Amino acid sequence: MKKLRKNPAISNLLMVSPLAAVLFVFLVLPIVLIVIVSFWRATEFSIIPAFEFDNYAFLFGSPVTYTVFFNTFKYAAITWACTLSIGFTVAYYLAFHIRSQTWQIALFLLCTIPFWTSNIIRMISWIPFLGRNGIANSTLMSWGVIDEPIEWLLFSDFAVILAFVHLYTLFMVVPIFNTMMRIDKPLIEAARDAGANGAQILWNVIIPLTKPGIMIGTIFVVTLVMGDFITVRFMSGSQSANVGRLISNDIALLQYPSASATAIVLLLTVLLTIGILLRFVDIRKEL
Amino acid sequence: MEPRPRSFYVLSTFFALFILFLYGPTITIGILSFQGEGGGLTFPMRGVSLHWFYDLFEQQAVGDIWGSFRRSFVLGLMVMVVTVVVSVMGGLAFRRKFPGSNILFYLIITSLVIPSILISLGVGLLFSQSGLNVHWSTSGFGAQLTWTLPFGLLIMFAVFNRFDKSYEEAARDLGATPWQTLRHVVLPIIAPSLIGVALFGFTLSYDEFARTLLTSGSYNTLPLEIYGMTTNVTSPVLYALGTLTTVFSLVIIGVFLCVALIANRRRARQGSDAGKGV
Repeated sequence: MKKLRKNPAISNLLMVSPLAAVLFVFLVLPIVLIVIVSFWRATEFSIIPAFEFDNYAFLFGSPVTYTVFFNTFKYAAITWACTLSIGFTVAYYLAFHIRSQTWQIALFLLCTIPFWTSNIIRMISWIPFLGRNGIANSTLMSWGVIDEPIEWLLFSDFAVILAFVHLYTLFMVVPIFNTMMRIDKPLIEAARDAGANGAQILWNVIIPLTKPGIMIGTIFVVTLVMGDFITVRFMSGSQSANVGRLISNDIALLQYPSASATAIVLLLTVLLTIGILLRFVDIRKEL
Repeated sequence: MEPRPRSFYVLSTFFALFILFLYGPTITIGILSFQGEGGGLTFPMRGVSLHWFYDLFEQQAVGDIWGSFRRSFVLGLMVMVVTVVVSVMGGLAFRRKFPGSNILFYLIITSLVIPSILISLGVGLLFSQSGLNVHWSTSGFGAQLTWTLPFGLLIMFAVFNRFDKSYEEAARDLGATPWQTLRHVVLPIIAPSLIGVALFGFTLSYDEFARTLLTSGSYNTLPLEIYGMTTNVTSPVLYALGTLTTVFSLVIIGVFLCVALIANRRRARQGSDAGKGV
């Protein structure tokens, strides 16, 4: 036993065994099972082991699939653009315009606290704001901007994206702020001494050096949006669909095989997207 | 100090608007939860009352809120403890390469980016096909770990990337066993970040919805209960519950931040014992 402990490779393996066990049972096995079940057959009452491609054939043969996948990418792209521009601006402000470290930490915490509260409550909290008689509509009407309530504020694509931006901008702010804080301040002074103006410094010095943070934030936001089903369901009032909702609808109908097939296609899409993004950044170096 | 450029004021306004955007809706439902008895889901307020909070305490009015709160709380603590322990062990192990370390690293990343509904579906299938009953403390617990462990591990990786190994070497030179080095040197140094890992573990579990959806069995956790309410409750009682859980989350965050602050102060005070042995 003593010899065992002295061997670093073996003691390392012992140290990661709980981690490996959890990931094996609750990540690897479930994925394997989803792959298997995606080839099964479903009747109205049960699912039957089989090996047929019907679920995939149905999935790729249905025009709904393509609309829904297009929607998923649309949500991801718009949310990405919004969270990136807001997140970058906020991180830039915190990193370069706040001079005292105490204030920096305090304001940073102020940005991150909502992350630790419930997403569902944060979605619900848009109802009084966006509803037909909500704050937004009544304010606009009292200003005379509109004559009658805007119907598309709540339960629309607009609401879905607003909620995504509201929930996930944090995932951009944190990694971008983290990389910005590690930029050597003398580099920026050197750029200024060499005659660069503010915009040039931003474009030629800060943005290139922040790219890893932007990539990590992008990975978070894109995967969260692509895998979501609850925000879309709640904020669109069940009027819009993305892939996650397609899966959750199948699950609700106990159509596990077809849910599994859709889930596998979604997983491959997400992993492919991440694989492409990871080519631009080495995560382990950035921690 | 050089004067603030104009961009500072523009960005300050932007930041203030961002904070308003983040907190505004939550504050709104906070106010609306004190809506009078006849009031609805939006303004105007029809009087001010605690009516909707009272409603929450009446068992029949809405589902089993307190039971689900208890379950969520216990589950959160379970996930928190396991996340901290497993993350620290994993973080320590990942400092050196070992057979399979790359695969395990990519599994951690996969666990982080995989759509939550796959975990829910897969774990649900795993339990039903192997004849086990899904329950929040077994399948729900494991499903949540796949979400909290990657966060914990990423924090630990970041911590150990900045860890000065010479402390450990010094301890070893002085004759400390590996266990003593870990217990008296490494753990005290990384302790403040463990508070962060614990905070992530608890709150991510406490708020998790998608991964527990198909894995919690017949007893709901609080987010599932709240989600169920959104489909059939259309009174400010929903806001009252939202306000209470948000306040609870804020208290938890406050507690963690205070512990972190106190730990830091203590360390600053007792920091170095150099020269005291003379």
